[in-house]
Amino acid sequence: MRNAALRIAVCIKRVADSETRVRIAADGRSLDEAGVKFILNPYDEFAVEEALQRKEKAGAGEVVVLALGGPAAQETIRTALAMGADRGILLQTDRVPADGLETAKALAAELKAGGPWDLVLFGKIAIDDYNHQVGPMVAELLDLPCVTAAAHLDLADGNGTAEREIEGGVEVVEFPLPAVITADKGLNEPRYPALKGIMAAKKKPLEVKPISPGAGGVEVLAMTPPPERKEGRIVGEGAGAVPELLRILREEAKVL
Amino acid sequence: MAAKFQGVDFYGVDGVLSEEERAVRDTVRAWVDDNLLPIIGEHYVQGKFPKQLIPGMAELGLFGANLPEQYGCAGLNNVAYGLIMQELERGDSGVRSFASVQGALVMYPVFAFGSDEQKKRWLPEMASGKVIGCFGLTEPDYGSNPGGMITVAKETKDGWVLNGAKMWITNGSTAQVAVIWAKTGALEDQNSIRGFLVPTDAKGFSAKDQKGKLSLRASDTSELVLQDVRVPKDAILPKSAGLKSPLMCLTQARYGIAWGAVGAAMACYDEAVSYSKNRVMFGKPIGGFQLQQARLAEMLTEITKAQLLCLQLGRLKDAGTMTPQQVSLAKRNNVSIATDVARETRRLLGANGILAEYQAMRHLANLESVYTYEGTHDIHTLVLGQEITGINAFN
Repeated sequence: MRNAALRIAVCIKRVADSETRVRIAADGRSLDEAGVKFILNPYDEFAVEEALQRKEKAGAGEVVVLALGGPAAQETIRTALAMGADRGILLQTDRVPADGLETAKALAAELKAGGPWDLVLFGKIAIDDYNHQVGPMVAELLDLPCVTAAAHLDLADGNGTAEREIEGGVEVVEFPLPAVITADKGLNEPRYPALKGIMAAKKKPLEVKPISPGAGGVEVLAMTPPPERKEGRIVGEGAGAVPELLRILREEAKVL
Repeated sequence: MAAKFQGVDFYGVDGVLSEEERAVRDTVRAWVDDNLLPIIGEHYVQGKFPKQLIPGMAELGLFGANLPEQYGCAGLNNVAYGLIMQELERGDSGVRSFASVQGALVMYPVFAFGSDEQKKRWLPEMASGKVIGCFGLTEPDYGSNPGGMITVAKETKDGWVLNGAKMWITNGSTAQVAVIWAKTGALEDQNSIRGFLVPTDAKGFSAKDQKGKLSLRASDTSELVLQDVRVPKDAILPKSAGLKSPLMCLTQARYGIAWGAVGAAMACYDEAVSYSKNRVMFGKPIGGFQLQQARLAEMLTEITKAQLLCLQLGRLKDAGTMTPQQVSLAKRNNVSIATDVARETRRLLGANGILAEYQAMRHLANLESVYTYEGTHDIHTLVLGQEITGINAFN
């Protein structure tokens, strides 16, 4: 493993920017994409950065990004290419399955065909569906060990050590390579795609493979926006208002 | 803290930008949000240029980004370059000025008027921020009339000797090399103006920061004095020829300023909108009052117009058909409306508007300089007047 070329696959997703205001489409079960800004899923940015750093450290290797989605996901792949990934593969379909297992099956098939890999990286979660599913499912399908939500990663001699931030502490796990790792915040500080990288990304290979994933066992029936937050109210001013504030927090808001 | 800046795009301009233009804009936008905005207020108040940002700007490729890749530059088109300027000035005019000077006023003349050797020697180092440059054209008594300059370069057996003084020089005290414009012939001969690459550690060269600025406080502005400064023969930019050469540099910089001003205006408008929705007076957000709505409507209208001017100007520049007069129109209009937007935002923010914690007053004070530098608003009026009538009203 030492100084050997690393082959790393990073699976990424195009998601709506959480800073943009999203609307629910007329069908009541999908997002209205008009005017919505889409970005590389922020947790996947950690995964891409980690792959790039690993490759840079090894001095040789290849970082391949895979995405499943519509034609517009090419732009998301190019963001990763602009950061420094070597090539991209889009498994193109007009509908991203609601069932994570269907996405995992498609990705696993492609990974199997394009393998072997030293590492397969994911973000720990996609900020649009919050499923936490695809990374571990792919690991199962490929029969590889999986560490989820890694906040620190060390690789040496065909083995890895990862740290996971768990309730009240840090869990340290060891695993053999190849492995599937899902990245948590804190794993690294993702780089900005530099301007030269953006220009170079246009010339990097991006393969588009049409697929028809199954519907799986999950169907989205309805989407509803969260309820509007009620307007705040000013209880009073100064120390005199504290007892009333405490009463309200206890009896009405029930947070104390 | 306000929500993350999402841009101002009432007319769907994003839809006519290419993917890479948007990617460039988004990268610089994120960089400004993360690195510049958190520190700019403090630096401004202290009157310090945030020097520590130079390596990060260089790493992103912000210096001379529209120059070719063979010199270590990003090789972007001019719309992408403009969007960089827009986003930098959304942060602060002083930081945009820094990048403008480095790219349009130092790297561009080396690229346009330099020898192959000069290009190979200087451009990669300037793109990587290892060498910072400044541009010495304006003199204490020759601002709007640069052709009247009295800085001279006399040819000697083995080089040149320069004498003179330059004023209002951005980056003057930071720079390692100055592009100095000087007359090589008689003082009345504007055609004898040539550019020289002068190391700032040359004997007889001194740079002194101009103190007491109430505008562009996060930018170094200096007076340069050249007293018998000797430079070798190859210090001259061989293809520079007459007043036209520095004016070509200014056209490049003004192009960026036209975009930059839109960025400053967007920052203010964004702040005004957010403030007007949150600030409650007489029992409702002040955005619910007609006077504030009129302010906001006016701002959005002017920003949208300025944005469209820039985009078309950029497309013309990329097509190679842009004229200096078209740049004058955009610089003149955009800086003027940006100043208005900043002032109206300052007013909409009430007393809070005078604080460095908010952006409006800083932008307003900055834009008063931008209004005056790189061809004053009035001079651009005369450029357009001459273009329209064919009659020179400069003198």
